[in-house]
Amino acid sequence: MDVAAFPYYRDLIRVLVAKDFRVRYRSTVLGYAWSVLHPLAFAVVFFFVFKTVMRIEMPGYALFLITGLFPWQCFSNSLNASNFFFLGNGSLIKKVRFPRALLVLAGVLNDQIHFAISIPVVVAFMLCHRVYPSLCWLYGVPLLVAVQLLFTYALCLLVATLNVFFRDLERLTAIFTMILFYLTPIFYPATMIPAGFRWAFYLNPVAAIITAWRGLFLEGTVDLPCYGLALGFALAAFAVAQAVYGALEWRLAELV
Amino acid sequence: MSSDVAIRVREATKDYPGGSLTSGGVKDLLLHLPSHLRHRRQRKPFRALDRVSFEVRKGECFGIIGCNGSGKSTTLGLIAGVLRPSSGSVETHGRIAPLLELGAGFHPELSGRENIVLNGVLLGMTRRQVMERLGDIIAFSELSDFMERPLRVYSSGMVARLGFSVAVHLDPEILLIDEVLAVGDEAFMAKCFQKILDFRANGVTMVFVSHNMAAVELVCDRVALLDAGRLVAVDSPKPVIAEYRKSSRAVM
Repeated sequence: MDVAAFPYYRDLIRVLVAKDFRVRYRSTVLGYAWSVLHPLAFAVVFFFVFKTVMRIEMPGYALFLITGLFPWQCFSNSLNASNFFFLGNGSLIKKVRFPRALLVLAGVLNDQIHFAISIPVVVAFMLCHRVYPSLCWLYGVPLLVAVQLLFTYALCLLVATLNVFFRDLERLTAIFTMILFYLTPIFYPATMIPAGFRWAFYLNPVAAIITAWRGLFLEGTVDLPCYGLALGFALAAFAVAQAVYGALEWRLAELV
Repeated sequence: MSSDVAIRVREATKDYPGGSLTSGGVKDLLLHLPSHLRHRRQRKPFRALDRVSFEVRKGECFGIIGCNGSGKSTTLGLIAGVLRPSSGSVETHGRIAPLLELGAGFHPELSGRENIVLNGVLLGMTRRQVMERLGDIIAFSELSDFMERPLRVYSSGMVARLGFSVAVHLDPEILLIDEVLAVGDEAFMAKCFQKILDFRANGVTMVFVSHNMAAVELVCDRVALLDAGRLVAVDSPKPVIAEYRKSSRAVM
């Protein structure tokens, strides 16, 4: 990367994010509602299945679901879109020289922004349950968004790059996302996992991120072990993604 | 390297892998791994360019002609720096602007004005530079009445006009033009052509790929003829175009 071109890269990210943002909110009246409705619909279904039908014993289950599903939705949206960050921009990649990773960064940033502006909806549900925002949000939220952004970006960069070479990767990503959803403590608490399987929790970066969000939203605490675990995974994923992308970037224009 | 050379292509060869291990996807790779590995050596790469060498001087307008698949776009890709030669080297000196196939990087739901900003930045301007030139770009496109309307209501000719208007305001030192002059109505084409001649008069280096021989002859100082990845001739336009016509007629 060319340091002198940083102001230009900043502008490039800005117009790419602005494009997605405008497109999302212009072509539809429900723009904002859509990004909130999806996790809310999930919450209603899971509430019905587990609270009403299976009768899980857990006070405040609705809020518990919402605080897990919103960050999950943000992550899975980026992951599923990542297949097309490069493939969908073929004509640009073939003609213009710019760091291709910025396409991924812009796409991931977009979902993070949508997540950030949906936090007030989570807060509204918190207030209904008489749970109140805490002062530690001031540093806890930006820090966690940064870690989540780094991890999501790394994973998406890896998928976006490999998908140019293996075109059926998008199907595997969809299956992987579904499996990950059920194996992550989103609609059940990590404490319910039998002790024999507890180790699996520590191998799942998304579990650490979701648990950290729950700590912020429900307890008003910064769960430092989860932050550390998530950051460790994010850095490792970033190193792998950067190595793969670095080795394959020059071939993207031949294949998209 | 002498200071009056803008582009130097030296013995550049570009191979595309002839169906790689990955082209069938993950499923195919895993199911047929043994046979893939066995046949790996036998797959022949496709040679798009074969030891091509030429130089373009600063301020020169250099044409590239040849039939479809002769390697013109690959050559432009190498110069633009989006492709890497398999062997040989490509050096460029100066800010490069590619004239995209029209409408690439546009979004149908955004307004004309928003698309100008998006496209201008994608093509290499900073946001501030685009804003400074916004008035000129809109004036050049003659589409000021449509600036607030989404691009999807534009006709294809209007989209082309908008694309060309952005591209000519890039202020490049090296302009790569890949068969994009056939845009808009006659009056607008004449305007585009005039703009290209202005660039030439102002000392902008241009690489001009086209099948429009009249345009090539009018604009270019020198022309290269490519045939199946090989450089057949580099000379002033008239003899090279004559040779191209002769060889394509022989095929017919």
